[in-house]
Amino acid sequence: MIEAKGLTKHYGSKHAVEQLSFTVRPGYVTGFLGPNGSGKSTTMRMVMGLDAPTAGDVTVKGQHFDDLRWPLREVGALLEAKAIHPGRSARSHLKMLAQTNGISMARVDELLDVVGLTSVAGKRAGKFSLGMGQRLGIAAALLGDPEILLFDEPVNGLDPDGIRWVRNLLKGLAKEGRTVFVSSHLMSEMALTADEVVIIGKGKLISQISIDELLSQSTENYVRVRSPEAAKLKSALEHEGAVVALEDDGSLSVRGANEVAIGELAAKIPVVLHELAPQSASLEEAFMELTEDSVEFHGSTSTGANNSTGATS
Amino acid sequence: MSTVATNADTAPKALPPGHYSLLDLVKSEWTKIRTVRSTMWTIGVTILLGIGIGALVCAVTRAHWSSMNLGSRLSFDAPAQSLVGLFIAQFSVGILGVLVISAEYSTGTIRATFSSAPKRSRVFAAKVIVFGLLAFVVAEVTSFVAFFLGQFLLSSPATHASLSSPGASRAVFGGGLYICVLGLIALGLATVIRHTAGAISAFVGILLILPIIAAALPNQLSQDVRKFMPDRIGVDMLTTKGENVGTFSPWVGMLVLCIYAVVLLVIGNSLLQRRDA
Repeated sequence: MIEAKGLTKHYGSKHAVEQLSFTVRPGYVTGFLGPNGSGKSTTMRMVMGLDAPTAGDVTVKGQHFDDLRWPLREVGALLEAKAIHPGRSARSHLKMLAQTNGISMARVDELLDVVGLTSVAGKRAGKFSLGMGQRLGIAAALLGDPEILLFDEPVNGLDPDGIRWVRNLLKGLAKEGRTVFVSSHLMSEMALTADEVVIIGKGKLISQISIDELLSQSTENYVRVRSPEAAKLKSALEHEGAVVALEDDGSLSVRGANEVAIGELAAKIPVVLHELAPQSASLEEAFMELTEDSVEFHGSTSTGANNSTGATS
Repeated sequence: MSTVATNADTAPKALPPGHYSLLDLVKSEWTKIRTVRSTMWTIGVTILLGIGIGALVCAVTRAHWSSMNLGSRLSFDAPAQSLVGLFIAQFSVGILGVLVISAEYSTGTIRATFSSAPKRSRVFAAKVIVFGLLAFVVAEVTSFVAFFLGQFLLSSPATHASLSSPGASRAVFGGGLYICVLGLIALGLATVIRHTAGAISAFVGILLILPIIAAALPNQLSQDVRKFMPDRIGVDMLTTKGENVGTFSPWVGMLVLCIYAVVLLVIGNSLLQRRDA
């Protein structure tokens, strides 16, 4: 269990995290989503006691991180890829971490095997690729067999095989009853891994919501319909209370009625249908919709990002 | 979020009794310091040049002894001559002292360190113990070997000393201690500054630049300020001949040097608690 209450971090005049409250429960993968620069890493550093909050509080297992008796055996974290001395071998890196919490070398070797680095365990970490660095970081997080795990962008730099491996690893850890908190700026990645997401933008909470709920709430769910008698169908649908828009290509976008209802109505009228296709918003779109007001660095030509954030839950 | 209940039994895992200890952290710091090449390099340079330069100078002196005038022969300080390499060793030990903490910042391992051991004072204490002991052993070995080798190379008719010669054992043991305490000063500086290049510059500046500035001061003031400077304290520790006017006696100087180290380490430790890692 990780609990943040009113968590706030200011760096001078920059408000990195503002009044952030959320709960990460055991037994689930909780995604931590937000655009670049939205305060995800800062929040994770505050959970780990590395940065001191300006205001508010965050606890793990009901305790402050620095009060834990065996931090590495209680909370494991991958905070940044390649936070390793380039001259030290992977095995030595894990060894020096293991020793801080009295963890055996047998466990170090076991984990090198789990993450697939046994063959390069003696090599200097400076020669590692980003993906190998990630694997080493994951090994470090798992070293103490902790109940709570934090991963900051764990799939960065991994090949498709590695990504699948991380995905299954996270799910497996949650299934064992552990608390798994994983940040990403990629909604699509979270859709495949997380049960629930904490979404932030500009350091503020936008929503804490389950993936399923997020999808169903999105306004971007509609049914695309094509018919030679579009106008007739449109008025019938509107009569039934659906919202129908006539698109440029002659198709209809129907909101407020599902494909079953539309098909049955068409048969009753009757009109011929050439297409009846439910369009579900991708999570990426749902995410964009939620965060569009709170993106820190716009890639487009739009100026002066709106300061307000979306609804909080 | 209240719609789903916990989907797995989460019996709290049994943790070992007690908590992570200073000893655990000392073991970890020992692993850290001996698994990077910079340690081997700086210690290698310390031993090689710390002994070698003195040996070279002693051998050359022995060869030119007959051509030296009486004044130089009488004022010849045999122990100090053999220990002259320590003035190079002080820089390599200082660099190691800086790297012990600055490399953690430059590589980001400091965050892994504090994530596994968030009690920062305990981590810092372990660092000071491990580096301090290593620096002490290396510096003393260098100093003693440099002395014996240097005296062996001087031999008759050149003036040479044994450990029982006046001031010799103090110069040899104190010389090693001087290097070790300077290393701790470097560690303290690096904890405050947190950047390798910045900390090394500050360390070198204290030993090389401060004396130049002090020399530019009016005579009496210059002398008063000069005796507080680490390099001066080092010279006095190694000197066994002649009167050092207006300076501290060797062990008072050493006490002053230790005060610098303690003050810097205390400031470094308190900043370590306050600053974000």
